[in-house]
Amino acid sequence: MALLLSVLEQGMIYGILALGVYITYKILDFPDLTVDGSFPFGAALTVRLITLGAPPAVTLPAAFLGGALVGMCTGLIHVKLKVRDLLSGIIMMTGLYTVNLWVAGTGYVAIFNKKTIFDNGAVNAVFPAAMGRFKTVMIIFVITLVAKFLLDWYMNTKSGFLLRAVGDNDTIVTSLGVDKGLVKIVGLSIANGLVSLGGCIYAQQQRSFEISIGTGAVVIGLASVIIGTSLFKKASFLRVTSSVIIGSVLYKGCVALAMFAGIDANAIKLITAVLFLIILIISMDRKKASQSQGQRKGRKAC
Amino acid sequence: MLELKGIWKNYNPGSVNELCLFRDFSLTVRDGEFVSVVGSNGSGKTSMLNIICGSIDIDQGQILINGEDIVKQKDFLRQRRIGRVYQDPSKGTCPSMTILENMSIADNKGKPYNLGRGVNKAKVEQYRAMLRPLNLNLEDKMGVLVGALSGGQRQALALLMATMTPIDFLILDEHTAALDPKTAEIIMELTDKVVREKGITTIMVTHNLRYAVEYGNRLIMMHEGKVIVDKAGEEKACVETEEIMGIFNRISVECGN
Repeated sequence: MALLLSVLEQGMIYGILALGVYITYKILDFPDLTVDGSFPFGAALTVRLITLGAPPAVTLPAAFLGGALVGMCTGLIHVKLKVRDLLSGIIMMTGLYTVNLWVAGTGYVAIFNKKTIFDNGAVNAVFPAAMGRFKTVMIIFVITLVAKFLLDWYMNTKSGFLLRAVGDNDTIVTSLGVDKGLVKIVGLSIANGLVSLGGCIYAQQQRSFEISIGTGAVVIGLASVIIGTSLFKKASFLRVTSSVIIGSVLYKGCVALAMFAGIDANAIKLITAVLFLIILIISMDRKKASQSQGQRKGRKAC
Repeated sequence: MLELKGIWKNYNPGSVNELCLFRDFSLTVRDGEFVSVVGSNGSGKTSMLNIICGSIDIDQGQILINGEDIVKQKDFLRQRRIGRVYQDPSKGTCPSMTILENMSIADNKGKPYNLGRGVNKAKVEQYRAMLRPLNLNLEDKMGVLVGALSGGQRQALALLMATMTPIDFLILDEHTAALDPKTAEIIMELTDKVVREKGITTIMVTHNLRYAVEYGNRLIMMHEGKVIVDKAGEEKACVETEEIMGIFNRISVECGN
């Protein structure tokens, strides 16, 4: 039970991160490595705010806005300074490591006896003591759902249409009389805002910040997006955003199973890499099959 | 009125591949003209369109729209009053969005892309009515992804999308070249209809000499960055395909093609 709860909790937290990765990777076609820096950035900002005594609810919008600012920087480096997409992310990721240490103060900060979004007067009053162990997972569920619905809503606005168009065919965005660079910057901002929001919740669920949590965050996000989108391709009743979150929970489930089976914790990164490779190969096969049926053009190689 | 005045364009300046395409190139397109532009590969037809749209910069010269110099204007700002259809049908539409979404996004050109709803349900019938005359059954496929359509269907949609909102100029860049002969014919007839109905000033680059002769009210042949044939009005109406073909062959032979 504890294991299942932990998988659901972490799966949904990383699901929010995966929503951000979905925007950059699938919609913008931009391999954004900023994620490895913006995820711990959200966490660092959160522990700092909480140790300063800020109300826990404030951390959520603050982390989103902070992450959006980070994404905007990546976008500006790419669009205005014309640095390649991959390199823009690497530059930001590298720089953020130091920024995160500055924001948090040190590489490890604990917030065990502080108020968090999971443990404060209001929340404790709402949830009866008997439901204590489900409190965290339910709160995460609500936040994830809100993030998902907000993203779904945005994607169907005029501005969201432009975001979808720019990854698809940026020529048409210029034809519509809109600066395509600006649209990309907006997309990267929203994506990294979501990633940072994920980091914010993660820090509060773990009740600590650790500088190394960003390492491999982008891989977890990519794996979740690819599992979600390729597994539920045929399930038209599911929106892509839902598929991505479910993909993230499944991914966390696989990792938990591997750990449960007694695999050395040091091997986890290697297992992640191999798992990711297998997922890529499987989803590529599917892509080829659908291509031969002429259903979709395979511009975006996985 | 669109005026290109004293345009100079060098490709790869300072290298061994230096190529001077335009030397003091000038062209005036008056309001309401439908100009067909023909010429061999490398004659500067597409470069001219790119220069007008701001996709490539010029070294020297003026581009005037109704007397206003737009050389310094960014490409996306210029294209607010220009509609463009490309040779590649996938460039004028978004493949992973539906027909309805594509038409909605095009319909919003010139207005802010804010947080309002992307699709205006009240306009669906209006869009259907625009698609019906195409006879491609697109009006029944509003929810279908554009990526699933054929090249001809996409190009018809791209043409509609480019001319949905009020524009000053329509730029057609070999827009029938990637289509089969029958579909090309349909798209060409559709183009003629749209241009006549809306009275849009149009520049059409084509490799099909017959289209150049049959459609439009002015014909230009370009060669090595210069206009070598320019026939308008009565003169254009009397031009025969064979005559143009003859000139075309002669300059090609001179070039050793």
